[in-house]
Amino acid sequence: MVQVEFLGPIGKKPIQIEANTLKDVAKELQKDEEIKKWLAECAVAVNDRLVKDLDTPLKEGDKVSLLPPVCGG
Amino acid sequence: MLELFEGPLDVDTIFSNWRKWGEDKNYGAFITFVGTVREEDGIEALSFDVYEPILRSWFEDWQERAKKRGAFLKMAHSIGDVPVHTSSYIAAVFSPKRRVALELIEEFVEDFKANAPIWKYDIKQGKRIYARDRSQRVEGSGLLDSL
Repeated sequence: MVQVEFLGPIGKKPIQIEANTLKDVAKELQKDEEIKKWLAECAVAVNDRLVKDLDTPLKEGDKVSLLPPVCGG
Repeated sequence: MLELFEGPLDVDTIFSNWRKWGEDKNYGAFITFVGTVREEDGIEALSFDVYEPILRSWFEDWQERAKKRGAFLKMAHSIGDVPVHTSSYIAAVFSPKRRVALELIEEFVEDFKANAPIWKYDIKQGKRIYARDRSQRVEGSGLLDSL
């Protein structure tokens, strides 16, 4: 299982899902209508490092974070 | 060095501490950027969520880039509500001479706006509203929508 966290304004509690790659996470999240709306504008981090490849492998206990558009300062 | 505070920043104290630190380290140039909450569109305050683990790794990457140019970075940011006419953000560059500091402050502050994992909300009549229109997508966004 990997933990998926939804940061900032998404306002959803973390969920646990079975996933071997980020592609599996994408498939699972696209089933959720509320989350699906955010996917086009979210960046993704695995264990707190930004990633850009859907084939990124995941292992038991990994943390996947979704980062919606940012505005600091 | 990255410092996070609940609520508005005590700019004078932070500035004074950083200035003394820079003098002790023999830096000849010290440039700051201070972000202050403006009264605009009837807001009472801005409010911020910060995701600290990624903010820290983003900052450490920048610190490495600064070091290679002989410079050092400091940054302070607020978490939670920051009323109008108070400050939520201070960035500073220290370097032996002015040129590197002048260049780095712009690069650092612009990349901060584009990529630091911080979310801004307007506080209006006590409601916290995500500032979606002023927010920027982090590089690589849309990955999970690209199947």
